[in-house]
Amino acid sequence: MHELSIAMSIVDMALEEAERRDVKIDAVHLELGPLAGVVAEALLFSYEMACSGTPLEGSRLVIKNVPIEAYCPACKAQRTLTSMQWFCCPECGTPTSDIIHGKELAITALEVRDECTTSPVGSA
Amino acid sequence: MSAPPRLLEVRKNVLKQNDVVARMLRERFREQGTFVVSLVSSPGAGKTAFLEKTLTLLRPHYRVAALVGDLATENDAIRLARSQAPVKQITTGTLCHLEAAMVDRALEGWDIGELDFLFIENVGNLVCPSSYDLGENLRLVLLSVTEGEDKPLKYPTIFNSADVAVITKMDLAEAVEFDEESVKANIQAVRPGMRHFAVSAKTGVGMEEYLQFLAARLAEFTLSDERSCRGRM
Repeated sequence: MHELSIAMSIVDMALEEAERRDVKIDAVHLELGPLAGVVAEALLFSYEMACSGTPLEGSRLVIKNVPIEAYCPACKAQRTLTSMQWFCCPECGTPTSDIIHGKELAITALEVRDECTTSPVGSA
Repeated sequence: MSAPPRLLEVRKNVLKQNDVVARMLRERFREQGTFVVSLVSSPGAGKTAFLEKTLTLLRPHYRVAALVGDLATENDAIRLARSQAPVKQITTGTLCHLEAAMVDRALEGWDIGELDFLFIENVGNLVCPSSYDLGENLRLVLLSVTEGEDKPLKYPTIFNSADVAVITKMDLAEAVEFDEESVKANIQAVRPGMRHFAVSAKTGVGMEEYLQFLAARLAEFTLSDERSCRGRM
């Protein structure tokens, strides 16, 4: 279970971006491939914990699941695989290890609001 | 009052920090001519016994060393030290996997250029280590004959992240009615073209073929480096 440390990295990266652009974050959009080795449910749960006590508290994590896409050497085309237990072209059945997508673990967008209120004093 | 929300497009790899350190390590290993092999498996698959045998058999011919990850104990390092090779334990505490920065830290004080092979034994776990590049040149995934033939199907991600599969504890194969053909088919289903070795660290069966493979990969690695050096001149 390494989802908590991944969630903490996501929060750190988003906070850095928020600070740099002077915005408040409502949601973080994430692309997740099945080969990233991360369980979406565990990540959502960990995200909430990682956010607590930070300016991201109450924000949402929106996960977009990316399918596995591989290059089929026989069809000479990019194909979407139907199963993680069968790395073969769904059209012709040729085995393939030439993976193009499916390992993604990336922040793709932030839902933000421009921060126009002054920050509270005395938070230190 | 704050303004209405808007969507800000960014593109940030969450594991970028680890990937950057891993790339740096890989570059350093290449420059120094050290071939780095990592081992992943479930707990109890026999990583340490297999690595101890590997180190013992390689040591008369090559300069070898090992890093070994464990949550709490130093037992594995003590076992591996019996091979007479330099060994360092990385105690991860509660962390279920090794990260590139831990490897980097553990290598402090070691002259990598003095090594032909460096082995990195990951924490016993078939899930989390798959996400973390350690800068290795070759990743071995081990499964023992007692674990069930469908292990590759249950953990496709780790098998997919690995380069070679090693079936361990072959001395027990008959007793547990191990079906090698079925495992082979399952490995091929999740990672077409993946090479596998069937070994027993106890009896030594299959070790020679595997060590020959390692030696060939080292030769290839050194040769490609010489070529790229010449190319740069």
